[in-house]
Amino acid sequence: MCGIAALQLRNPSLYPKMGSLLSSMLCQIVDRGPDSAGLAVYNTPGLVSPGTSTLSLLGRDQGMPTPAITEGVAGLLAGVLPADAGVSVQVVGDTTLVGAAVGTDLLVKAVTETLPAATVIGRGEHVAVMKSVGHPMEIAAEHGLEAMAGSQGLSHTRMATESAVTAGGSHPFSVADDLCLVHNGSFSNHATVRRDLKREGVVFDSENDTEVGARYVASRLQQGDTLEEALVNLGKVLDGFYTLVVTTADSMAVVRDPIACKPAIIAETEDYVAMASEYRALAALPGIDNARIFEPEPGKVYTWSL
Amino acid sequence: MVTLTAPETTAPEPVTDAPAVVDLADAPVRGLNQALHDAVDGQSWTVTNPGGKHSLAVGINADVVVTIEGHAGYYAAGMHQKGTVTVNGNAGVGLAENIMSGRVRVTGDASQSAAATGHGGLVVIDGNAGARCGISMKGVDIVVGGNIGHMSAFMAQAGRLVVCGDAGDALGDSIYEARIYVKGTVASLGADCIEKPLREEHLAELAELLAAAGRTDNPADFKRYGSARNLYHFHVDNSTAY
Repeated sequence: MCGIAALQLRNPSLYPKMGSLLSSMLCQIVDRGPDSAGLAVYNTPGLVSPGTSTLSLLGRDQGMPTPAITEGVAGLLAGVLPADAGVSVQVVGDTTLVGAAVGTDLLVKAVTETLPAATVIGRGEHVAVMKSVGHPMEIAAEHGLEAMAGSQGLSHTRMATESAVTAGGSHPFSVADDLCLVHNGSFSNHATVRRDLKREGVVFDSENDTEVGARYVASRLQQGDTLEEALVNLGKVLDGFYTLVVTTADSMAVVRDPIACKPAIIAETEDYVAMASEYRALAALPGIDNARIFEPEPGKVYTWSL
Repeated sequence: MVTLTAPETTAPEPVTDAPAVVDLADAPVRGLNQALHDAVDGQSWTVTNPGGKHSLAVGINADVVVTIEGHAGYYAAGMHQKGTVTVNGNAGVGLAENIMSGRVRVTGDASQSAAATGHGGLVVIDGNAGARCGISMKGVDIVVGGNIGHMSAFMAQAGRLVVCGDAGDALGDSIYEARIYVKGTVASLGADCIEKPLREEHLAELAELLAAAGRTDNPADFKRYGSARNLYHFHVDNSTAY
């Protein structure tokens, strides 16, 4: 069992409230996965900025003394990046955010070269990804979710089954620019699909089954699939139980396995699309009494774009 | 208004006072359920701000009337024994699970496994029901105003399931007995579930069930499905199939 809560805001006047709304949703799915959690927020001022690539790195020390980390990391990266890259480093909760005005591939390369202990958990121009082990609401509080603005937010509370309880094994899995995937369920043939993807040259960070789903979607998108097509193809290749939510810079998608073992409920209004594992996570959203509320049908891919 | 104590419980005749109101924005679910377990016949309750909370009004064993104003979470009115529970909204997974008798109604949609393993009573869902509606039903009557999801009435043993909309895949898979009536289309029938003739006695019981659910559908518009009874006994011809 895991919990999912996701929110796409259609009305920009709600952007300042994104974090507080997502926090109220997250609070209601804690029971479904109290061991670890993760967050992805899109277009959050202070965390990402237009024209700049941002990498989210797991943990707050990156293998160096904590007080010196921001200057230390910035100095190391400035040494290998162009002089006008404008490197910025900040620690948010248990996450280190690194920004620079270069492509994400170049920034990842620079981080890999200079910070061998770092694990990249998020990348792109629009998204910041934060994850950790512990009580989901404490993780949200440490990262200051309540005060975050943004256009989309995704949260996941994990009850680990397929692999260990670690920050790296928490969701979301963000393996391509601005792409995030969270999963309630388990893939039964992930080892097979992992081997197939490895043969295609895909590199994995963890032993987690959900990472296979994320890498598969990223691979399909890279080959030209739309988000909807990628998830239809995922249904043909990956076997198991799943409710998935996938977000990109401007889209959100929900799909359940054809047997619909795992729950999902969606609320849609003119102001937002919200998805959660259980209705109680949606109950506090503004205008919920007039929302269109429905359960996504088994095996059907739903997508919404900003 | 928050009332957690049961209304007057010494009155010998049915209580006619206004319903006790429990506002779940402030009061805990456990308190509500304890008060309902302590209730006596004739009392009525209104539950406000349910907020999708789980296990509302479960295990009621007195002839009480409970109205939930809003959406209920998982297992609402589970193990229902007596009385009437109405959810003016949607209900989550496992509505009226293992209902024994009495009546449960949802004015919106119900999620998966509504009335699962129900032994008796009546469950009315005015909207749609999700997958596995009436799974392993053992005598309960279910009337769904809209559609039902896949694997509904799986291993159904007794009771009646009435669907005024469409049914999803594998309806009545591995059904023992129970009678299923569907007005709309059936995506597919499960193993050993077949269409059967709609005779006079079936039209009569269907009319009764529809009336009990407050519906005006014409019984003649429905088709009946039930067990082909081919899975009751082991066939030696199938010995190599396992």
